[in-house]
Amino acid sequence: MNRRVVITGLGVCAPNGVGLNDFTNALTQGRSGIRFQSELERLKFGCQIAANPLVKDNILNNYFTPLQLRGLNASGIVYGVISGMDAWADAGLEPNTSTEPSWDYGILFGTGILGVDKFREAILMIDGQNVRRLGSTSVLQTMASGISAYLGGNLGCGNQVSTNSAACTTGTEGVLMGHERISSGKAEVMLVGSCSDSGPYVWGGFDAMRILPRGYNDNPTEASRPMSASASGFVVGSGAGALVLESLESAEKRGAKIYAEVLGGEINSGGQLGEGSMTAPNSIAVQRCIRNAVQNAGIEATDIDVINGHLTATAKDSLEVANWSAALNRKGVDFPYINSFKGMIGHCLAAAGSIECVASVLQFKEGVVFGNVNCEDAHPEITAIISETRIPRTTISYRPKVIAKASFGFGDVNACVIFKQYID
Amino acid sequence: MTKEERYEKLKDIIKIYLPEDVNITAVHENSNFITELNINSASLVDIVLDVEDAFDIRLENEDMDEMLTVKNALDIIATKLAAK
Repeated sequence: MNRRVVITGLGVCAPNGVGLNDFTNALTQGRSGIRFQSELERLKFGCQIAANPLVKDNILNNYFTPLQLRGLNASGIVYGVISGMDAWADAGLEPNTSTEPSWDYGILFGTGILGVDKFREAILMIDGQNVRRLGSTSVLQTMASGISAYLGGNLGCGNQVSTNSAACTTGTEGVLMGHERISSGKAEVMLVGSCSDSGPYVWGGFDAMRILPRGYNDNPTEASRPMSASASGFVVGSGAGALVLESLESAEKRGAKIYAEVLGGEINSGGQLGEGSMTAPNSIAVQRCIRNAVQNAGIEATDIDVINGHLTATAKDSLEVANWSAALNRKGVDFPYINSFKGMIGHCLAAAGSIECVASVLQFKEGVVFGNVNCEDAHPEITAIISETRIPRTTISYRPKVIAKASFGFGDVNACVIFKQYID
Repeated sequence: MTKEERYEKLKDIIKIYLPEDVNITAVHENSNFITELNINSASLVDIVLDVEDAFDIRLENEDMDEMLTVKNALDIIATKLAAK
């Protein structure tokens, strides 16, 4: 079985916009979600800036019952549930209120680590010999699959309800795994997405690795500089993105609106061999991932007209562009448009792939390629490969036909998905 | 604190744990938390913690085992308060 899969719903809880409208406006205007964090200053972090969604307390009642809100201290669950429920509603689907699970509807919602603040609460109580006071939700908020479990209960899904985890490729991997499940006929609808917690306990490890920019505490919106000669490290972020994937058959039967088609892609690993390591990508694997994605999608490399890169704003950005160029055998003015949203939203870790997939797909709907911010000084190693004109600095009017989106992660893991414009 | 006050305080605690289709008016002294009020058994753990906080008492494991109905809970609370 090889069924066509389309995207019928989107939801997002991003540092520069909560909800599709707010997020679309932010991306169009190049609005940043990177802010100074006084808590990181108090804790003496080197990098005291981060990108986290600003969720107003009064909207939480739309997503959680009063009981669920009691003692809820897992920001990833908050972001994930908001984006997931929004995507479901955007697809015109309702929560299942019958007594029978929706057998053909599943959820694959990834995360890197969940409920870190809740876990801290538990650790303090346990160390204080007070384990009896943990309450019943400590487990539910800190298990990795807590996010798919919360969504699964809210929506009444009866197909696979699970959580994937592959560092910063998590969200993009989830889209491909959901695509495969529908394509092979095992599900009709898969809510896919990913989320990442906010806070010092998630971000501290990255500060300790000294890979975050430390010179922008007074100037946060300029800190994240993908593809720029002055890039000095990625800015940590958090949030969630969600997509409703659906068989074309099911979408047509429901008369659902269709954002785009998912043609497929590829997931692989560089094995931490050659130039690959726990933290560095093996270029041979990256290029193979992109080439196989093109092949699996049944397109030619020349069909791609927009790329959304992983492009975190480190010294590796040039290498990534070189890998795209080699894999697609395209360069100069022949190279597709390329952008990175991390200049505005930082690197949202496990949530990065899904938030960026949502943003990529929004480009079909809006008829634009969102601009790259903080890239006035494109890196000369990049402009030696591709023409400056392929790096839009502001949002341009353009109707993408085929968008390639890749994410790479610690552990030398790669994922590349191909989205295609959908025409009735 | 009168018995009536304790009962009202306990009902206030229970309210949030009731499923959507169970109204607070359905709560009576003889109601069984799980079989009649449809409260999730995991939530009973949280009700016990709320009772501890609200009445400033401590419930042991055997108290929790005996706490099947609203009346059981009221009796345990009364005993603990009297022993303070």
